[in-house]
Amino acid sequence: MKNMASTCPMELGKIVDEYFAENRHRLIELAAFLDRMDRAHDGESPALDFRVAALRQAIPMLLQPGPERVKRIQLLLSDPSDEPRTNLDRKAAYGAYSGAGRIL
Amino acid sequence: MDYIEPHAHMISRTTDDYRQMALMGCVALSEPAFWAGWDRKSADSFEDYFGQLTEFEPARAAQFGIQHYTWLCLNPKEGENRELALQVLQRIPKYLERPNVLGIGEIGLNRNTMRELETFKDHVSLALDHNKMILIHTPHLEDKHKGTRLIIKALQSFQNLDPRKVMIDHAEEHTIEMIRDNGFRCGLTLYPNTKVSYERAADIIEMHGPEGIYVNSACDWGISTPTAVPQFMFEMRRRKHDEETIRKVVYENPIAFFSQSAHFRIARAAAPVARTEELAYVD
Repeated sequence: MKNMASTCPMELGKIVDEYFAENRHRLIELAAFLDRMDRAHDGESPALDFRVAALRQAIPMLLQPGPERVKRIQLLLSDPSDEPRTNLDRKAAYGAYSGAGRIL
Repeated sequence: MDYIEPHAHMISRTTDDYRQMALMGCVALSEPAFWAGWDRKSADSFEDYFGQLTEFEPARAAQFGIQHYTWLCLNPKEGENRELALQVLQRIPKYLERPNVLGIGEIGLNRNTMRELETFKDHVSLALDHNKMILIHTPHLEDKHKGTRLIIKALQSFQNLDPRKVMIDHAEEHTIEMIRDNGFRCGLTLYPNTKVSYERAADIIEMHGPEGIYVNSACDWGISTPTAVPQFMFEMRRRKHDEETIRKVVYENPIAFFSQSAHFRIARAAAPVARTEELAYVD
């Protein structure tokens, strides 16, 4: 990878001008998602779902120093094992590594 | 600016999508064989599909001056069915010399199973036996990093494989380095939710440079955008990237990769071709 500094041709102020609103929106959407799970009528704890647990682990990583926040979060959400699965469990990916976790 | 769409499943798109792509500057596209959304029951189904990819879709694209190229395979989502895979592999060679076929693809892994891996290796062998290029699908989400590792390891077990003739697609921030460091070409897919956004694709180009990278929509029957490449171009312009860099990613890099097939000949702004009698029944 190239030196990460100064590889975006936009000035910082311009980056904020261009991208702040959409990322504010994403942050509010994430908060709404967390609130929605808390309001689920069955009263289950969202953190029991491995996908939500992984998301909760990832959120503090946003505030870690850059520049590879994206990559660190992607790796957190990835299957770290090396061997192929013996059998197909399902067609679609979950979005987070299940390990021994469960889905609600 | 003219552009090339290197990965579009046009069989699942409307004729109006071809028109919109042409209006936005698309002069050529390539369509890898993929999953229909359901598992096909026989190799005969694949023969019909390969016929559509090599006859019907090129004619549909030509109406709008778009050159249509394709890649053939049994896709990774059906790779678990070894019996079907072996039957389809036997039938592919007779289509390989059709004029719009660039190679074998999109092959790869889906859930990183042992049988998927065997089917993948069989396809690589087929490509090498026929001196064809390879287009690779890397798995989704949590399976992508591991799948990309398994794919590269499998490719490197073939002594006579030239990595410059292999495009590893659907790369993201956590896989791009292992792809490029091992000499393979690299595709970024502009697809909602599960792959990269226009903004992240531009970030990746800024961080890693444009060498050996192209961008594509992988538009299919899901929620996806056939005009994603021009939207990426717009994002690059928003950031004041020069036209030379943008053209390299959306036009020159795809040409450099595809031109390794004798079947690929880019003709700038080809004239639209009149509809055939068969196509007249489309609408």
